Amino acid sequence: MKKTGAQIIIELLERQGVKTVAGIPGGATLPLYDALGQSNIRHVLTRHEQGAGFIAQGMARVTGKAAVCLGTSGPGATNLLTAIADARLDSIPLVAITGQVPSSMIGTDAFQEVDTYGLTLPITKHNFLVRTTEELLRVIPEAFGIAESGRPGPVVVDVPKDVQMREIEFEAWPEPGGRTSPLSPEAGAVEQMARMIGEAKRPVLYIGGGITASDCCAELRKLARKNSLPVACTLMGLGTVSADNPLYLGMLGMHGSRSTNFVLEEADLLIGIGVRFDDRATGKLEEFCPNAAIIHVDIDKSEIDKLRPVNLAVAADAAKVVRRLVELVDDDERSQWMKRIAHLRTLHSEEIPEPENNAHPLNIIRAVADIADPDTIIATDVGQHQMWVAQSYPFRTPRTLLTSGGLGTMGFGMPAAIGAALAQPGKRVVCFSGDGSILMNIQELATMADHNLPVTVIILNNGHLGLVRQQQELFFGNRITASKFTTTPDFAALALAFGVRGVSLAGTNDPRTALAEAMTGNGPCIVDAPIDYAENVFPMVPPGAANRDMIGGEANA
Amino acid sequence: MPSPVIELLVNNHPGVMSHITGLFSRRAFNLEGILCGTVGTGEKSRMFLMVNEDKRLTQLIKELERLHDTLSVTLRNDIDHHIFDPLKVES
Repeated sequence: MKKTGAQIIIELLERQGVKTVAGIPGGATLPLYDALGQSNIRHVLTRHEQGAGFIAQGMARVTGKAAVCLGTSGPGATNLLTAIADARLDSIPLVAITGQVPSSMIGTDAFQEVDTYGLTLPITKHNFLVRTTEELLRVIPEAFGIAESGRPGPVVVDVPKDVQMREIEFEAWPEPGGRTSPLSPEAGAVEQMARMIGEAKRPVLYIGGGITASDCCAELRKLARKNSLPVACTLMGLGTVSADNPLYLGMLGMHGSRSTNFVLEEADLLIGIGVRFDDRATGKLEEFCPNAAIIHVDIDKSEIDKLRPVNLAVAADAAKVVRRLVELVDDDERSQWMKRIAHLRTLHSEEIPEPENNAHPLNIIRAVADIADPDTIIATDVGQHQMWVAQSYPFRTPRTLLTSGGLGTMGFGMPAAIGAALAQPGKRVVCFSGDGSILMNIQELATMADHNLPVTVIILNNGHLGLVRQQQELFFGNRITASKFTTTPDFAALALAFGVRGVSLAGTNDPRTALAEAMTGNGPCIVDAPIDYAENVFPMVPPGAANRDMIGGEANA
Repeated sequence: MPSPVIELLVNNHPGVMSHITGLFSRRAFNLEGILCGTVGTGEKSRMFLMVNEDKRLTQLIKELERLHDTLSVTLRNDIDHHIFDPLKVES
């Protein structure tokens, strides 16, 4: 066969099963886009490369398969960086292919030249600067293999223009890259886990995104039910266990449920699976689960003992561990522990807003949950609205919450929702955003309009960077610095300007009907939902404090 | 007590050194000495990194092992430090 580097890349993507890619063309990717135009791959033209990165993330988060974004050299690559770093922190499989100036010009400060390899070193799982066209036959499948294997993550492939243009002769196509067989636990490790669980009086499962990544949610639920193990979820773990499961404790940590943090306080065994003891989850580390022995299961052994020394380390695939563990643990009702948990839940129940307060963010979120199908994908941006959604939206299935957990990137929501809508054609996706976050990638309204995607964006509009304002109020003497917007656009009119339906809930007597209309019909819709700016996310663990020291949100305060 | 030396066997290509040193620089962790050379036919390199004793070393070694181009990592306390001597000559 005789093919150019660009043709090889595109055909290898087709052979990987890639159906949709997102990106923006430029000088250094002209050959690549020429080959793309001749292929069956659908290209989603975004209005900013960061949008393309998050659209790819949306596709990857919904499917679990590596998704692809494209950017040209220089600013194309730098604009992708935030989405790549975001994928790294949330372990999302992503392959970003960037154009680079011709090999002979690398290092000369050529037009649109930037050291993409150097810039992406610390934010990728691995990265490549391809030096010859022949290398592409190895690098492209390998990039997918790395992105999807073990702990998933982003991979950057930087391809100089001459490497794309050169034609080479080769014999056969390589096998597509994919997930390699995951790591098995060491002999005896799961048996030891089962013994520790059997001996524990007050065990708690502490689970995160690793359960979804290794696709063992059903087995985890079985494990919890069989041995009556209560389950606390991280932000990335929401949806693993249905919100109406009696063993589900809710989210732990900085904005977790009050009772969850108190249950963890009393635990004598913490079984962490697919988690990384993130500071937002643990609070002050030395005082996290102070009475518990700790088991930590993670596919990435560098996460174990990183922050908290453990009693039992199991560096292995969560699915392999959980499947075996279900067989080994006893049937147990744990009636004493269940009673204690029920008591703690009553004692530390949450404050609930007045049901008639239609403008309360929690009531708006509940109203959306009532209208939406149970498996509707919910994307969020970052800030107060994100935490309110995490606290109160009843997630029932994995991969239904798309949120920027680790990096906390404002601007994530709408493009991620676009990616989700592309990955799940015909199903409506809801994006909760804030008036701060939405403007960080507002240009993607045009992309959404291009494809007339069924995405409803609900902007909880408080005219502030709400989570910053809240912390200034609580911890900086209520000195509000640079977190109040002087002007806020008319979001409904803005949507119209992009050719998208837009509605405002301001002055509506019947917000439920307005929301229901916004969530039906064809195409996208933007909902501007004004909320009280003074509303805070409670409870809140002050940064650096122990999880037991929560502020606010008590029903019986 | 001699400084510990991390011995690495890595794939030999441009960029590997940056991957390795990046893990140290992000933690503001100084490398006291670096020796590096190709092994055999040149597909692999061996590196010796002299470091100061630090409680973060265990974590760093795990992250070095995690790198895609790392083939093996060994923390050694038995390396003859004279191998770094030529570096110390002030010219």
